[in-house]
Amino acid sequence: MNIKLSVQNLEFAYESTPVFSGMCMEIPKGNLVSILGPNGSGKSTFIKCVDRILNPKKGDITVDGVTVSSFNRRDLAKKISYVPQSSVRIFPHSVFDMILMGRRPHLGWASSGEDEERVWDVISLLGLEDIALHSFNELSGGQQQKVLIARALVQETDLMLLDEPTSNLDIWHQLDVMRIVSDLVEKEHITTLMAVHDLNMASRFSDLIILMKKGSIHAAGKPCDVLTSENIAEVYGVKADVHCHDGVPVIIPYQQIQGNGTGNTPIFCPAT
Amino acid sequence: MNSSYEPVSEAAKNHRQKRSEKLIKVQKEYRRLLGRKIAFLTGIVLLITFAVAYIITLGPLGMTIPQVYETLLARYLPGIFNMDEVFEQVVWNIRFPRIIGGIFAGFGFGICGCVMQAVLKNPLASPFTLGISSGAHFGVAIAAVFGVAIIGGEYLLIANAFLFAMLCSLFIVSLAALKGATSETLILAGIAVNYLFSSLSQLMAYFANDEQLRLMSLWGMGDLSAFSWSKFGLFVAIFVICTPILLSKARDLNLMTIGDDSALSLGVNANRVRMVTMMVSSVLVATIVCFTGTIGFIGLVAPHMARMLIGTDHRILIPASGILGACLLICADAVAMNIIGPTIIPTGIMTALLGVPFFLYLVLKGKRKEFWQ
Repeated sequence: MNIKLSVQNLEFAYESTPVFSGMCMEIPKGNLVSILGPNGSGKSTFIKCVDRILNPKKGDITVDGVTVSSFNRRDLAKKISYVPQSSVRIFPHSVFDMILMGRRPHLGWASSGEDEERVWDVISLLGLEDIALHSFNELSGGQQQKVLIARALVQETDLMLLDEPTSNLDIWHQLDVMRIVSDLVEKEHITTLMAVHDLNMASRFSDLIILMKKGSIHAAGKPCDVLTSENIAEVYGVKADVHCHDGVPVIIPYQQIQGNGTGNTPIFCPAT
Repeated sequence: MNSSYEPVSEAAKNHRQKRSEKLIKVQKEYRRLLGRKIAFLTGIVLLITFAVAYIITLGPLGMTIPQVYETLLARYLPGIFNMDEVFEQVVWNIRFPRIIGGIFAGFGFGICGCVMQAVLKNPLASPFTLGISSGAHFGVAIAAVFGVAIIGGEYLLIANAFLFAMLCSLFIVSLAALKGATSETLILAGIAVNYLFSSLSQLMAYFANDEQLRLMSLWGMGDLSAFSWSKFGLFVAIFVICTPILLSKARDLNLMTIGDDSALSLGVNANRVRMVTMMVSSVLVATIVCFTGTIGFIGLVAPHMARMLIGTDHRILIPASGILGACLLICADAVAMNIIGPTIIPTGIMTALLGVPFFLYLVLKGKRKEFWQ
């Protein structure tokens, strides 16, 4: 199997609060891999460490067998693209300008006609023609997410990281974004690693799933092997029914498990 | 990238055809908008060239616009154009330096304001956010009260203002280097330093006599009268060094406005860009401020006007902010010099008096699309 991204013994801490340590994983080429886990389990932090937005304390990350820390920022941006969860919105960039930013690692001060052509290509690929000249700030959440994916696409990397691309989206737009991502994996052979919250979305579209709990990997593998009732109970503290159809697990959550030690159980005050 | 999306069915081909028609329409619209922006900027530059000549004609010695151009051209092409001695004295030595100084100062305030708003991700930032003007003001206060400075005479005020302005930004930049140059650190440190030097200036003012007080408060109003040919050398040199550096960072600044994480992931070292642009624009602003005093309004407002009219691409926004800043400053100065007979009102006062209504008009009437929300 061809390994795209390999992580060995990764350790990260905010000030003195450890987030995770001893993280190891190997992501095969051309796969869509989802990282699942409760809030605070370290999904987003892990993704930021891979792209060196955050600096891990220890550990080794390699892309195509080359250590990430040996790249400078710009070369890294030609290897890995990153789709953030949301963007700071102070200045109203047009959608076109926003996507053009993705060409930054490839060029100098002026943008050549070639760069603009790439942007137009991606705009038509994702069907963003109607909003290309609109202000990014005025778009709906789903449209914004598509624009951010377009920006990562013009970076022309073959490893893409996404940080919760479907949170805050309605079900139609969740499916829309996930379809775009899985099309890219299938047709452009872009290896994709994403942090997600929605178990059913992840199980429906992912080739592999990594389930994280409090800064370590609880389980990893095919969706049906990982998303079992037991694992969901242990990681989320939630009782759920899981049915496997053609390798796609369907999860129906019922209720929280009382007294489970995950720290997710709310404390109800007794009525006085 | 499109190659792997070769449509197979007839319906898909039709769909793609329709889509590319749509794309061509959008591309046309994009080029039209870009052309309009460039035309607009060219228009403003032409307006400035015309305004320079018109403003020079204003004043006690009457002359016409062609005479002004003739006098100026005669400097460079003595054989072809003739000039009157009196005209030469008035145009070349009195009115022209002031207006050229105004153009440089307005341009500098405009581009520095634009850059600072981008790197601090704060639409309220201006060249004075980091306490540069209060530092310079303190330098002037010391010079006025004690009459001491490193260089005496004519350059006393200017040198002192420059020294303390630089001291101020040096303090903030080194603090940022120690603690990490996030926009929050820089803004907070800037505000703190601003307060510190303001109270130091007030302390000076408390002990100053009437004449010293007047000197200090006049400086605080901001004026263009300090410009003369003999003082332009250093001024122009610093402009020639600083402006290209800021312009070369335009693409990085685009990325900085969308957040440090995104900038990092696109290959831009956000903190380093922030430090470099802050230092360069501090030097530029300190240089201008020590000649003109505090003319704060231009640096805050010119970038906003430019953003409303031009959009947010810094490759065109930075020069546009500068050009608008220059235009605003010379127009306000012309009014300040001529509105009440022989009395010349300090430029800084007139800039805000005229600029605020115009700015508010743009805020209320302007296209919401092009304005930050």
